[in-house]
Amino acid sequence: MSWLTGMVGAGLATLRDVLPIAAIIFGFQFLVIRRPIPNLRRVLVGFLYVLLGLTLFLEGLEQALFPLGRLMARQLTDPAFIFGSLDAVAAAVHWWDYYWVYLFAFAIGFSTTVAEPSLLAVAIKANQVSGGAIGIWGLRIAVALGVAIGIALGSFRIVTGYPLHWFIIVGYIVVVVQTWYAPRLIIPLAYDSGGVTTSTVTVPLVAALGLGLAETVPGRNTLIDGFGLIAFASLFPIMTVMAYAQLSEYTARRHRKRTG
Amino acid sequence: MTGSFRDLLPIILVIAFFQLAVLRQPLPNLADLLVGTLLVVMGLTFFVYGLELGLFPIGETMAHAFARKGSVVWLLLFAFALGFGTTVAEPALIAVSREAAQVAAEAGVVSRDEVAMAGYAVKLRLTVAVSVGLAIVIGVFRILKGWPIQYFIIAGYLLVVTMTTFAPRSIIGIAYDSGGVTTSTITVPLVTALGVGLASSIQGRNPMVDGFGLIAFASLTPMIFVMAFGILVH
Repeated sequence: MSWLTGMVGAGLATLRDVLPIAAIIFGFQFLVIRRPIPNLRRVLVGFLYVLLGLTLFLEGLEQALFPLGRLMARQLTDPAFIFGSLDAVAAAVHWWDYYWVYLFAFAIGFSTTVAEPSLLAVAIKANQVSGGAIGIWGLRIAVALGVAIGIALGSFRIVTGYPLHWFIIVGYIVVVVQTWYAPRLIIPLAYDSGGVTTSTVTVPLVAALGLGLAETVPGRNTLIDGFGLIAFASLFPIMTVMAYAQLSEYTARRHRKRTG
Repeated sequence: MTGSFRDLLPIILVIAFFQLAVLRQPLPNLADLLVGTLLVVMGLTFFVYGLELGLFPIGETMAHAFARKGSVVWLLLFAFALGFGTTVAEPALIAVSREAAQVAAEAGVVSRDEVAMAGYAVKLRLTVAVSVGLAIVIGVFRILKGWPIQYFIIAGYLLVVTMTTFAPRSIIGIAYDSGGVTTSTITVPLVTALGVGLASSIQGRNPMVDGFGLIAFASLTPMIFVMAFGILVH
């Protein structure tokens, strides 16, 4: 019956998340707008579904995937795994020794982002607003690739110990240059996709990976080097989404040239 | 249902591959794993259904109502309340600010006792929540005016880079991460619907160009504010 108590806990946690939002919305609605909400019953049922959905979602993750994912992050960063046996642990770490970690970081970044509910929400909205020009899957895969690259590179940074801000500053420069060339319509959406990627699914797994690396790589400090993966995961999707738009514009233009 | 299952399939494949092929260990508690996966798939299905039924419509009707009412002050106040209210109780933020308090204690900025560290964590949390509130206010104001977003973002980047040189080294990582943790799964759809709703109810605004971008502001201002907090406190 442990899953039942877990479910109640997850439900309460979601409720605590929803309550302030509901209070603000209904407070403003009744005190400031002073107009009945159209289809109030439908909206309330919708809120209930969101609540129920997130509860099941979080509890399911906590039951099945998170424990295994966290354990995996620990095992993959364990020096005993990296160097075959504890006796073989090298005095100086070569960044390439951690190749499984980078691959895991890439794969877990990609796959958790595809399942991220808030990204799905933004993709649905963008698809509606753009009249179908932006595909739901196209956007999700572009963002997921960005997160994957970001987390793999972030793991590399923790292993090598290079300062975080150099990577971020270079990333900003790339974003600014890309903004210059990218189609105007995609720019706000691309900037947004940096922030939507890291929520319920990605953060817990990525945090475990960062912590595992910072704890086990010699010379790293958990408290200082453990941070930064989320920053990488929110920067790179901006680039990949703009690249996705540039690529689709480019192929459309080539297609037009050939047919016209 | 099948759509939600397809969303989840990559995670299952990745975990199964690393567990069986790389770490060469059996999958523990297969029953738990299956039940959990089923719960996740059901949860995602309900979430999407509720999104279309509740969160998107309410965000858009409120945007339309505010646009019709024509009161900028109330709209901006609502924007601030939405940003602040949804961030201050965000579990990911609570976790990060607790870790940040530990970093600060390690660096000797606050004393190591519980009360001082809890105080530091609460102050940091309030700082981030205020910064997200302001972010939504600035973002909504930009939609009203129709200003291009990139100037704001580039100015924000410049500010982040400049402050990085002044901020204490121990807070930089936390500051950069705090931009990503603020936007929860319920806030994102609501804020997106608000932006798109506003842009589509004001004449001359394009929902694609003007409607998106609120979340971008909400993930940029926390970095600036947390570094400012670091400079002031450390």
